[in-house]
Amino acid sequence: MIEISDLSYAVGQTPILHGITTTLERGGITALIGPNGAGKSTLLHCLAGLERPASGRVRIDGLDPFTAPHRQRARAVALLQQSPALVSRLKVRELVGFGRWPHHQGRPGPEDRAQIDRALTAFALTELQDRALDTLSGGQRQRAFIAMTYAQDTPWMLLDEPLNALDPRHARDLMARLHGLSRDGARSIVIVLHDINAAAGWADHIVAMKDGRILAQDHSAALLTPEVLRDLYDTPFELLQHKGRPVVVAR
Amino acid sequence: MRRRLLPLVALAGLIALSLSLGAASFGDDAGWLLMVSRLPRTAAALLAGAGLALAGVVVQQVVQNRLVEPSLTGAPEAAMLGLLAVTLLAPGLAVAGKMLIAATAALAGMAGYLALAARLPREDPMLLPIVGMVYGGILGAAGVWGAWATDLMQYLGAWRLGEFSGVMMGRYEWLWAIAALAALLYVIADRITLLGLGEAQARSLGLDYAQTRALGLVVVSVITALVLVTVGAFPFVGLVAPNLVARWRGDNLRANLPLIALGGGGLLLAADVIGRLIRYPFEIPAATVVAVFGAGVFLWLLHAAPGRRHG
Repeated sequence: MIEISDLSYAVGQTPILHGITTTLERGGITALIGPNGAGKSTLLHCLAGLERPASGRVRIDGLDPFTAPHRQRARAVALLQQSPALVSRLKVRELVGFGRWPHHQGRPGPEDRAQIDRALTAFALTELQDRALDTLSGGQRQRAFIAMTYAQDTPWMLLDEPLNALDPRHARDLMARLHGLSRDGARSIVIVLHDINAAAGWADHIVAMKDGRILAQDHSAALLTPEVLRDLYDTPFELLQHKGRPVVVAR
Repeated sequence: MRRRLLPLVALAGLIALSLSLGAASFGDDAGWLLMVSRLPRTAAALLAGAGLALAGVVVQQVVQNRLVEPSLTGAPEAAMLGLLAVTLLAPGLAVAGKMLIAATAALAGMAGYLALAARLPREDPMLLPIVGMVYGGILGAAGVWGAWATDLMQYLGAWRLGEFSGVMMGRYEWLWAIAALAALLYVIADRITLLGLGEAQARSLGLDYAQTRALGLVVVSVITALVLVTVGAFPFVGLVAPNLVARWRGDNLRANLPLIALGGGGLLLAADVIGRLIRYPFEIPAATVVAVFGAGVFLWLLHAAPGRRHG
């Protein structure tokens, strides 16, 4: 369980998050939605212990991510950054292998190699494992980074806009894969999404953020009414139904 | 297998050539000549080149930019300022003390560069090396002014244009410290690779980013000082060797650090051998040779985009 109470964060004098309080249950997918600049990425960085909040507290299964030893934190929570800008010549298998670093710190064992193989298989990268990252397409590279986060084998995976650069098929495959991973309760996933319909279709808990605050949240897609979405994005939406699932369209 | 052996064979050839080349010819005292002059000179070029190449790859990982190297961060110019100050204020200081001051000054110079770099937009990879060039130019100008005003231009000239003609037994042994630093870098190779993934990703993987970066930069400053004080400054070695290895073998430093060190050592030794051959029996400084060659490779790196084969 992630407990966030009265979390505020500011860059200099500019406040980014204002008194965020919520609880994210273990298991399942929590989707963070909201307009650009709402503070979603900052919230993820605070949860991963990478930014120190101005006030308030965060507990990841009881662990304080700001004060916990680096290695212990890296085995509790993994963060996938938004579109890694890096142009590396690491091979896919080497990158995914670095997901195991918090576990072996430089001396990988058979369990680490097995986990790397599982991650490569899970994200359809086995064929690409010996390719250098800078020879891959944006979507393939994105999958390699997600596989690294998966190989880190943490109870919590925080993914910042992982659908960026993915074509519709790979976006659906990824959401289905994450959904599967989170069903048996082994992985809990917090994911920033701009595709509202992906959130409606796959998330167990939707948190809508605007201007550094939680505007609304619910454990069902019933949250996504045209009124809530209009307030969230300052633009009108229409709600359609397709095979029992809500589909929202910006007007 | 042959591809792996090829660099080693080439290096062995270079070493043999370097040992046999010189104004004096081998006579009855061939063994003495080897021990006192030829072997030290060869070892000095190999060690300095390896150190500069390793320092280059560490800086590149820290700033996440392949076009940067220590001499594009103000490190050698800052170290020269430190050495000028020592020469003026405490000329009698032991070599170890001079090294320490030079390393500290190099570290301070790089800290200034990193503070500048943190404020630059990252979209244009050319910006970091250009700013480094300007920054190093300003520090270098301060050094020239200081040396001119205090009549120390001769010292400055020796530091700025690295060469190996003065290397002999008893005057280069500090460079062996580079071998120890190379071993240290090999131990933390994974951490240095992680630096290259960027601060957020590296910290998310449990790396103590600030500590690792500080350790890496201290190693870079010490290498800069060791090379500068012993044989002078050499441009481009830290740029060329890591880039050629990255293109050939990728970015996994656990696998590639030895190759980068060998590449840098081979490059500087080749430059020294060429400098000794061109106007035999006179010599051209290795720094001049490496600058001509390095500038060519640098231009090639700028224009040849990495091979992209989108799947």
